[in-house]
Amino acid sequence: MRYLDDSVLFSLRLSLQVAAVSTVLVAVSGIGIAYVLARKDFRGRGLLDMMVTLPLVLPPTVTGYYLVMLFGRNGLIGRYLYELTGWSIMFTWYAAVLASYVVALPLMIKTARAAMESVDPNLVNASYSLGHSEAETFFRVVLPLSRRGIIAGTVLSFARALGEFGATLMLAGNIPGRTDTMPIAIYTLASSGEWTAANFMVLLLTLVSGFFIYTTNRARAV
Amino acid sequence: MGLTVDLQKEVKGFTLDVSWRAEDGITVLFGYSGSGKSMTLQMIAGLMRPDSGSIRLNGGVLFDGSHGVDIPPQRRPLGYVFQDLALFPHMTVRENILYGAGRLCRDERRVRAEELIRLFRLGGIEGSLPSEISGGQRQRVALARALIRRPEALLLDEPFSALDNPIRVEMRRLLSRIREDFGIPIVLVTHDIIEACTLADRIVVYAGGRVRQAGPPGEVLGNPAGPDVEMLVSAAGTAGLQLPAGLHLN
Repeated sequence: MRYLDDSVLFSLRLSLQVAAVSTVLVAVSGIGIAYVLARKDFRGRGLLDMMVTLPLVLPPTVTGYYLVMLFGRNGLIGRYLYELTGWSIMFTWYAAVLASYVVALPLMIKTARAAMESVDPNLVNASYSLGHSEAETFFRVVLPLSRRGIIAGTVLSFARALGEFGATLMLAGNIPGRTDTMPIAIYTLASSGEWTAANFMVLLLTLVSGFFIYTTNRARAV
Repeated sequence: MGLTVDLQKEVKGFTLDVSWRAEDGITVLFGYSGSGKSMTLQMIAGLMRPDSGSIRLNGGVLFDGSHGVDIPPQRRPLGYVFQDLALFPHMTVRENILYGAGRLCRDERRVRAEELIRLFRLGGIEGSLPSEISGGQRQRVALARALIRRPEALLLDEPFSALDNPIRVEMRRLLSRIREDFGIPIVLVTHDIIEACTLADRIVVYAGGRVRQAGPPGEVLGNPAGPDVEMLVSAAGTAGLQLPAGLHLN
């Protein structure tokens, strides 16, 4: 196949890698944050809720802009990281992971939280009164009973991470052979008029995303 | 010995202020819905924090507002059967029962689970999910789960309200059996006077967040503390309940 050259394969592999790594991070932290938002009452809860929801409604370029302000070489956090290690996350594939993570996180939190809130509070109380700690109750009651929502959130996050463009471009740039994930490679191809290659990549990305959603929907239906 | 309860709590315009004592045997908290009976059970179990007061069980303090003692629900030696039973829908009958066994060693857990499965006639359905068994069976699973770690008191929140009549009769028999076998205070919440009278060694009558009367069923039925209590228990007479000899309702 003449379209499946090295640069296309690289973009495909990079996209899958970025999406997989960020989805793992999204799943672990998203489940934790969802649990806290679903079951805890504390000062700043509304603020936390708003902060983790914002990337859902802000243009990804704005999210990316904030991330640059935080993690850029002169950013609030990035500055110290650079002074200490001489390393900056900017324009690396880690930056693409960070961008995908922040943009996909709200999807995980929304779905997992809704699932956890629908777990009957009496089941949690029953678990406590049977001698089980909050952590045990979380793993043996809350988590298994919100499994469907968590799987749905994970799939959505993965699909979102795979398609992430705006924030990734701001943070990781468009470096061929280093940070050009599929959406970014497609943008480059389209803007330079290479329609055949662009068509092929668009089809490939659609098929890959469609495949993941289709198989998980089927797995959930069983 | 026994369970001593003295509680005050204010929630959204409702004030609960109750004080009573339960010895071994069955103590029934009786009253209309919304009179604070279930709330009392939740506070005994540590699932709701009282504003003030104290809860003592067999000499141990579970809660004492004035000394800042508030034992978490996990460490209160109680069995609690919820109104909707709260069986874990993703666990089998056996897993539900074993979930209550806590920190016992594995052999002991197994032996006790077998004992309870036999006592509550759950043999043959140990591997079923709660959704696959009958209402009466679910009831017995909830009791077995609450009893496996040998609690020092058993709390039952309207446990029989969702059952058909013949099964309720069977459950009452089973509860009498538990009363004999376990020899612990059993606190049962109900708004059904027949149930209260047939099961209770002692009735505590609740109304509007206060205890209106407490005593053996015969005394409460035969000598109600006031017109409101008389009204509350009058259903017993109209339902043709057999009163202890020498007692009659006026």
